[in-house]
Amino acid sequence: MTLLPALTAKVRAAVHPDDGGAACACAAGPAPLADRPDATVVRHADTVAKAHAPDTDPAELSRRLVMAARLPDVLLPPLAPAPTPLQDRLVTFWPYGAPVDPDAPDAAPWEATGTLLAHLHRASPLDGLPPMRGPAKAARAIARLRTALRNEPHPAAGPVLTAWAGLPAWARAKAPMPGTPALCHGDLHLGQLVRHPAPDGPWRLIDVDDLGTGVPAWDLARPAAWYACGLLPPGDWTRFLGAYQRAGGPAVPATGDPWPALDVPARALTVQTAALALAKALAAGRRLDEVHQLLIDACARMAPIPHQLALERTD
Amino acid sequence: MQCPKCHAPMHTYNRNGVQIEQCSGCRGIFLDYGELEALTQLEAQWSKSVPPVPPAPQPYPAPPAPAWGAPHGGHHGGHGHYDQHGHHGHHGHKSWAHMLFSS
Repeated sequence: MTLLPALTAKVRAAVHPDDGGAACACAAGPAPLADRPDATVVRHADTVAKAHAPDTDPAELSRRLVMAARLPDVLLPPLAPAPTPLQDRLVTFWPYGAPVDPDAPDAAPWEATGTLLAHLHRASPLDGLPPMRGPAKAARAIARLRTALRNEPHPAAGPVLTAWAGLPAWARAKAPMPGTPALCHGDLHLGQLVRHPAPDGPWRLIDVDDLGTGVPAWDLARPAAWYACGLLPPGDWTRFLGAYQRAGGPAVPATGDPWPALDVPARALTVQTAALALAKALAAGRRLDEVHQLLIDACARMAPIPHQLALERTD
Repeated sequence: MQCPKCHAPMHTYNRNGVQIEQCSGCRGIFLDYGELEALTQLEAQWSKSVPPVPPAPQPYPAPPAPAWGAPHGGHHGGHGHYDQHGHHGHHGHKSWAHMLFSS
């Protein structure tokens, strides 16, 4: 049996524990929410089952689950405290939450997102919690781009790879992250927020796969990169950042310019997003669209200009 | 008094306490010593009493952005991109809407 039917049976059995789902008479049967190489997610009634990526470390996932269970006001708490094996995968169970409407991104809960992140970053990380995986994900995106480029070179690859090379080692997952480690989500975007209980409960963060300790500015970096590249309107960026600062988030100063703290992570997320877009465009034989071109252009502006550097020398 | 230019008779008028002689022929005006200064002063007082023109509304200052960011203060045309369903969808970018929701 392939994974999706097996997971579907699993979530049906979880909702109907008495008979394993044999007599399930629910109006709607189990529905897949996602089926990607790194995650398969199926919902039935109020329960969601997620099969994690094949290379998921069981001990690390368990620590992340315990952390989520400890912070139910910030992270959606799991229904079971430990993952269950299914075929060669690990499965976790969650209550269903209502996501942000993808057709109405301008109704996105920017304030709630900023506030939740501030509360997350202020929480004490559990002992033994692994590092946040943001830089590792960025490195993986670059590896994917390099693989795609082996078959077909692309003129946009130069600025992306040069901008990547200009990042400090920690942002490329080549060195430990600096500073006081904070509890971080590791992969924040609008798909990582749900209202629980659905449809109008408070917002909670989901997806603990990249949760861990690290540089908290990384969690602000995707919206920061979108804003910097001219994609996210300044008003939305201000709502998000302002809510984070008002809630005492430690990643940036409470007032004044946040960019000294945001610069490296926002560069990394710009490069990561550009690399993935380019790799996908190469794989599909598509041209880059205007949105992706804005990311590539930003990568090109990150490159230091040798002439200027020479002028700055005082000796 | 006769007009020094056309010799027509001049009539005296009082304007805000300043005596002005105006010629009934050529409409020329004769000011005594100090009367021009008095008029200038009156004019200045009048300007002061008028409420100042309100300054043009300043555009809301754009939040700071990095040097490598998009030109024009870190936002593209001041709008940003949302998809065709959002209020900012002047380009109708599905890829931007997708980017908001994916890793």
